[in-house]
Amino acid sequence: MTGAIARRPNAAPVYLDNHATTPCDPRVVAAMVPWFTEKFGNPHSLTHAYGREAEQAVERARAQLADLIGADPRELVFTSGATEANNMAVKGAARFHRQFGKDGVVTLATEHKCVLESAKALERDGFRVAILPVGHDGLVDLDVVARAIDDKTAIVSVMAAHNEIGVLQPIKDIAALAHAKGALFHTDAAQAVGKIALNVADLGVDLMSISGHKFYGPKGIGALYLRRRPRARVEPLFDGGGQERSMRSGTLPVPLIVGLGQAAALAKTEMAGEAQRLLALRARFLAGLRAKVPEIVLNGNAERRLSGNLNLSFPGLKAIDVIAACPGLALSTGSACTAAEVEPSYVLRVLGLGDELASSSLRIGLGRFTTATEVDFAVDTLAAAVLRLRAGGRMTSEAAGIT
Amino acid sequence: MADRLSYLDWNANAPVRPEAAVAIAQALAMEGNASSVHRSGRAVRRFVETARADVAKLVGARPDEVVFTAGGTEANALALRAFPDRRILVSALEHDSVLANAPGAVRIPATRDGLVDLSALERLLAADKHPALVSLMFANNETGAIQPVAEAAQIAHRHGALLHCDAVQGAGRQSLDMRRLGCTMTTLSGHKLGGPMGVGALIVAGGWDIVPVTRGGGQERGRRAGTENVPGIAGFGTAASAAMADMAAWATVAMLREQAERRFAAIAPNAVIYATASPRLPNTICISMPGVPAATQVMALDLAGVMVSAGAACSSGKVRRSHVLDAMGVPEREAECAIRISLGWRTTAAEIDHLVEAWGALYARTRVSAA
Repeated sequence: MTGAIARRPNAAPVYLDNHATTPCDPRVVAAMVPWFTEKFGNPHSLTHAYGREAEQAVERARAQLADLIGADPRELVFTSGATEANNMAVKGAARFHRQFGKDGVVTLATEHKCVLESAKALERDGFRVAILPVGHDGLVDLDVVARAIDDKTAIVSVMAAHNEIGVLQPIKDIAALAHAKGALFHTDAAQAVGKIALNVADLGVDLMSISGHKFYGPKGIGALYLRRRPRARVEPLFDGGGQERSMRSGTLPVPLIVGLGQAAALAKTEMAGEAQRLLALRARFLAGLRAKVPEIVLNGNAERRLSGNLNLSFPGLKAIDVIAACPGLALSTGSACTAAEVEPSYVLRVLGLGDELASSSLRIGLGRFTTATEVDFAVDTLAAAVLRLRAGGRMTSEAAGIT
Repeated sequence: MADRLSYLDWNANAPVRPEAAVAIAQALAMEGNASSVHRSGRAVRRFVETARADVAKLVGARPDEVVFTAGGTEANALALRAFPDRRILVSALEHDSVLANAPGAVRIPATRDGLVDLSALERLLAADKHPALVSLMFANNETGAIQPVAEAAQIAHRHGALLHCDAVQGAGRQSLDMRRLGCTMTTLSGHKLGGPMGVGALIVAGGWDIVPVTRGGGQERGRRAGTENVPGIAGFGTAASAAMADMAAWATVAMLREQAERRFAAIAPNAVIYATASPRLPNTICISMPGVPAATQVMALDLAGVMVSAGAACSSGKVRRSHVLDAMGVPEREAECAIRISLGWRTTAAEIDHLVEAWGALYARTRVSAA
């Protein structure tokens, strides 16, 4: 753990927003640097040495990523990130399978915006879109999923690990339900890859979205896993030079791909130990904060969740006030994409939280570089802020005559 | 492997400028998501917004007109899908990323000098009153021919059409003002001007709403979803500034290019250099060595340590006949013998010597075997 302190790129504020993005691991940065500078060939320029060297680096990285998820390297298509991969999977699968009379899309109300927005775009194009509710603990009921899928369903898309509440959906079971009706199954695994063991063959997923910067790789790179046998067919999002077997055109960004491969190789060896370490840190965080602020509520299933995730409601307070009162901590209320919005998280509302409780909720993401010292500091800082805000809140209420 | 290497394939990829490499390294060391509201997120956001202003300045645009993408291909795809109700006309000289994203488009023919045929454009627009979008590149990636974009825009506007300009090969090498040119949309690529791969932009003139290709968290004002590639964007912005400050370097490049072309002509009077009657980018040579297939030439040059290409890099690795030379009416057998040589800001006279020697040696060998 002391090693982790030494590796931290910078000291303050304490970074507790590892679901929004993770710092790029220095070992990943080191692997990428030469590809930004002296090794600058275009990987599609096979007429010369610089190009061929770049192409080999891309293929090595593809193999590293494939190894992490138990895929064949040929099943991976590099994209600019998980948002693009999710758009390509959901819209691409639905559009491709329309020619076979399939017009159904099934997903959850708690999915990431990019899946929901893709589904809405499909609905405007005439697809039948079913957006399913989840239980109070954030997990979906398999019977609800089974009822929603019919033999005209083109694709079922369910997130592997949730970006706000960290819950792990039963994707293996959902994949089986989709396959029973002849539908494809896609999982947005942006938060799961490199955090929990995922094997595409074992899980039976047909399409899986991967993001580099969510597991200590660089931003601007991700991938879509597309099963080869039986083949998961999708329409590309856009066309061009025909790179990536014509599934995704555009010059492949060699340094970013090398970084993604390196991040995958690190995760492969360190993931299991890291999850155990984060589990202990999270328990320390929760116990420490509960001792000082007993009324906090944990949102989402307590057991079936990412080891680095907490989502806590602070009844009676506004999360934005808590964040403002803790300038030494980098915290969030929910998805970074919509962080600037004042609306409470739509995810927590789907879980059944009222507006007041939902807007009192903070997302905490512990990560590879989080230390026990930082956890203790965060607990003290948060508890002090809560006490301060409560005192201030009472005064305001008294002033308003609402004692 | 050859004992010296000369990289002359800058139109495929330009090395990252040192200033941009520094910016990339700084951004990589930062924590935070540019869309997060906490202090880390705000620091990252500042990086992105500085870069946005720098990229805007490169083409005379406003920062809010810049939509960052994963590269030139995505930007072209976005541009050609931006106005679904408009019919599309593209020049026959365009890059595959334009042609493939507008499969049903009307092709505007080209002249023998490698320029879009403006009278044909006028005719095609007059023939169909449906509102149109015209896509014309700033400079051709294979011949370097600089297209009459301002004139094309005037014709387009007269017919109620909008103009999209793929400026991937021109930006950073020529001063470029999208307002003066009359472009509603302009495509830029980071890695062609000394920024990193994996980042580009579509500049959309204020007041025009476009239909997004990638939907999600509402980044880039809803025009392109996805967590911002901060190191890439920072490198792109810094490279754009560096390119603007270093515009004078292209005079040297132009001089080196003229020397190379003069020496090629002296060695092989039957060699053909394309688009020389047109204004060209200072760095591009498209030349055929009659009777010697392009694949043979690039392999021989590669063995000698000189890196060039047989047209656009893109997908297959296969050497295909150029659609650009076809559109210019170059005979098939001659087009199959054309290669692309492209110089950059750090190309040296020694590299040009290396190129000319290797090319000259190959030419001499083929003459002997032909004799």
